[in-house]
Amino acid sequence: MESSVSQQPAEEPAAQTPERKRPPRDNRRVAAVAFQKYALILAWLLVVIVFSLLKPDTYATSGNFQTIFGSQAVLLILALGLIVPLTSGDFDLSIAAVLSLASMVLAILQVRHGWSLFPAIVVVLAIGLFIGLINGALVTLLEIDSFIVTLGSATIIQGIVLWISGSNTVSGVSDGLINWTITNRFLGISMVFWYGVLLTIFLWYVFVYTALGRRLLFVGRGRNVSRLSGINVGHVRWGALAASAFVASIAGIFYAGSLGGADPTSGLAFLLPAFAAAFLGATAIQPGRFNPIGTFVAVFFLVSGITGLQLLGADSFVQQLFYGGALILAVALSQIVRRKDIKDEAAASNA
Amino acid sequence: MTDQAPQGDLSRNDPAADAPSGASAPDGDAPVIALRGLSKTFGGARALDSVDMTIQRGEIHGLLGENGSGKSTLIKILAGFHAPDEGELEVNGTPVSLPLAPGQFATLGLSFVHQDLGLLRELTVLENLRLIELSQSHSWRINWRAERRKARALFDEFGVDLDPEALVNDISETDRALLAIVRATEDIRTATGEDRRGLLVLDEPTVFLPREGVERLFAITRSIVQEHASVLFVGHDLDEVREITDTVTVLRDGRVHGTVKTAEASESDLVEMIIGRRLAQLELQRPDASTHSTAIAVEGLIGTKARGLSLQVRTGEVLGVTGLLGSGFDELPYLLFGARPCFGGELRTPDATYSMSSMTPQRALAAGISLIPADRQRDGSIGSLTVASNVMMQVLDDYRPMSLKLRGLSRKAGELCDEFDVRPNDPGRNYQSLSGGNQQKALVAKWMQTEPHLLLLHEPTQGVDVGARVQIFRMLSAAAEGGMSILCASSDYEQLAAICDRVLVIGNGRIVRELTGADVVKERIAEQVYNSVTLAEAE
Repeated sequence: MESSVSQQPAEEPAAQTPERKRPPRDNRRVAAVAFQKYALILAWLLVVIVFSLLKPDTYATSGNFQTIFGSQAVLLILALGLIVPLTSGDFDLSIAAVLSLASMVLAILQVRHGWSLFPAIVVVLAIGLFIGLINGALVTLLEIDSFIVTLGSATIIQGIVLWISGSNTVSGVSDGLINWTITNRFLGISMVFWYGVLLTIFLWYVFVYTALGRRLLFVGRGRNVSRLSGINVGHVRWGALAASAFVASIAGIFYAGSLGGADPTSGLAFLLPAFAAAFLGATAIQPGRFNPIGTFVAVFFLVSGITGLQLLGADSFVQQLFYGGALILAVALSQIVRRKDIKDEAAASNA
Repeated sequence: MTDQAPQGDLSRNDPAADAPSGASAPDGDAPVIALRGLSKTFGGARALDSVDMTIQRGEIHGLLGENGSGKSTLIKILAGFHAPDEGELEVNGTPVSLPLAPGQFATLGLSFVHQDLGLLRELTVLENLRLIELSQSHSWRINWRAERRKARALFDEFGVDLDPEALVNDISETDRALLAIVRATEDIRTATGEDRRGLLVLDEPTVFLPREGVERLFAITRSIVQEHASVLFVGHDLDEVREITDTVTVLRDGRVHGTVKTAEASESDLVEMIIGRRLAQLELQRPDASTHSTAIAVEGLIGTKARGLSLQVRTGEVLGVTGLLGSGFDELPYLLFGARPCFGGELRTPDATYSMSSMTPQRALAAGISLIPADRQRDGSIGSLTVASNVMMQVLDDYRPMSLKLRGLSRKAGELCDEFDVRPNDPGRNYQSLSGGNQQKALVAKWMQTEPHLLLLHEPTQGVDVGARVQIFRMLSAAAEGGMSILCASSDYEQLAAICDRVLVIGNGRIVRELTGADVVKERIAEQVYNSVTLAEAE
């Protein structure tokens, strides 16, 4: 069991970036940097080991790990989409509402209008893309803060979801979708998890190995500099917001697939965990940057902990404490390390 | 800085003990400010070297000097922002220990109006006027009606027509300057009570004002000294300084070069005091570019300040543009690069003609134009990313954009850093951990690698140590020899003299002088710049 968990992080050192080439200066510093990169993975392993010891019969079972990986893949996909605009310096608060809308539209088209799966998915993805383009247009053309724009659009979209669903749950999406989301398994884990893995690898490639990924980062860190370096800052930000809404609609399709239908409100609960995972992920692998692999680790660290707490019979409020506490603790620790880092580097260059 | 007994000064720090109490009644004729032997070094560089300065009561005292002569350091010491290495300060005849505590200047009756005026643009006139009191007040209820009444009375007294409810954003630049001065004066009154024995420091407040605004500002300044306060006026425009001040102190290289009665000094006396008659040490031997063909021609450029500027840059020529602050010279590189909105004009290269009103950085880059901006932190670099990321930012598409050659990028960055002597040469290092000189060399490397036809520079050696400065000059000269055209906007006359073939002096958005050949020396450039307001008005 353990091995299936620790296998995952083994691929992370492949995350080669130009930064990795820096010559070793001081062993303690190198160790500190390595610790910071992999601290979240260690914390994840620690959580798994502790709960496995506490609940060997229920936690340390293949079934449980299959649940851990399978159950929160929708959150993973949503959080991966979110780190795109976060990297380019914009917030997208509309992702959870887009997820709700996507799952609801899919369910309504299939159940009430008898559409077959494929055209329904095309329409849902088009809606997601359209919302992202509207968000992006408002942010870049009218120069409104993305926080405000997406707060507004999230509220409108949620209103639309309640309107078209009549505040009712709609169930009965195609079996094909359900099968290819949760029923079919690979290595014992639902397919939706593997889609999340594919998206993680894809985004990791885009972030590290494409000019587009670098431009996202440049725009997020220095808009003026990017503009003066010939990057079309508006297009990059616009594209990033379109991407997050598009990915959110994909997440919505799989959400419908895992529920077998859609309910008008439960999707909203994904918003804060997605942000928590994105920010928590930015403390690992490539500390200080939103990165897909860090986000992946963060999602499953949080889920592993919460699953363990549930098995221990903890009240549901404990989950909230765990989510919030882990986020604040991790970000605070990495901030402390980073400050020390900057001091060390300044001292080194003055010497 | 501890050569005075601090205990003796405590009573002076208390505003209540200051004014009319008369316990340690200050000598009625004592100067408002007496500075003796003030020195300050920044990391080995002497910014101030035993400076003495005395400001009499009821006097308007001018402070002149080039950029980097120590004016701003002196003012920042008075504001308690810098701690001097040594020196003594007397306020109204009473010794005050240096460094001043933050905010202590206010209790001593000192008040500052800086060039940026220190106004919060999104707030109302009244909120700005009461900013300091409100940010320190502990009262639970502000009586806005009474505040409005007081503000109106105050504005009436100074003859300023301001609506307390208006947003600072919506009033004219002149009104903003007047508001800042009224506010500063009111602070002095609050601190000194009936006595009014304070000092108003005006740090280049006229730079952005039209002539009529300058006159109104001067009228207020004169009314302030009539009630026995004093004014320290820091300026660049010699006509203004000669018009408003009684006495002038000139700083050069951190030393007081002289203090004269304004009425007894001619304009050329002042210019000579400011710049001296030293030989430029940085003269580089440059081939003559005056016969080369025109590489870039600009016609009728209109910007925020520029009013129909036309100029040509030849192949392999280094063209300098300079002028006083507010003249529009510093806007030129940004306009040509499309980084700031341009309202008209044309740019012609041998291959194409561009309309300037639709110029963008992307188009400029495609046309072979690059810009190294003056503000390294905000516009030039991303400090939290690596040197390699910063240097290679704009050429990623040359390294297989869909599958970046990371090693190739890193290797190329290392080669560039080697060529442009960026130390330490470690492309993976955080950009912000480099020293100022090396940061700038990395940016030069970034923009030189694309081999632009026209390289635009704005203050290319600002915040750069002397060694790196000379290196950058050599790099620019070498690039020009290789056929690159360079336009350098700067108010550093020594720099212009060192690297430029030709210098244009801008006054009020127009070219007022062109200096070529033997005239491209520090003294001639400075002289023309200090005369540029007169020249611009004569047109």
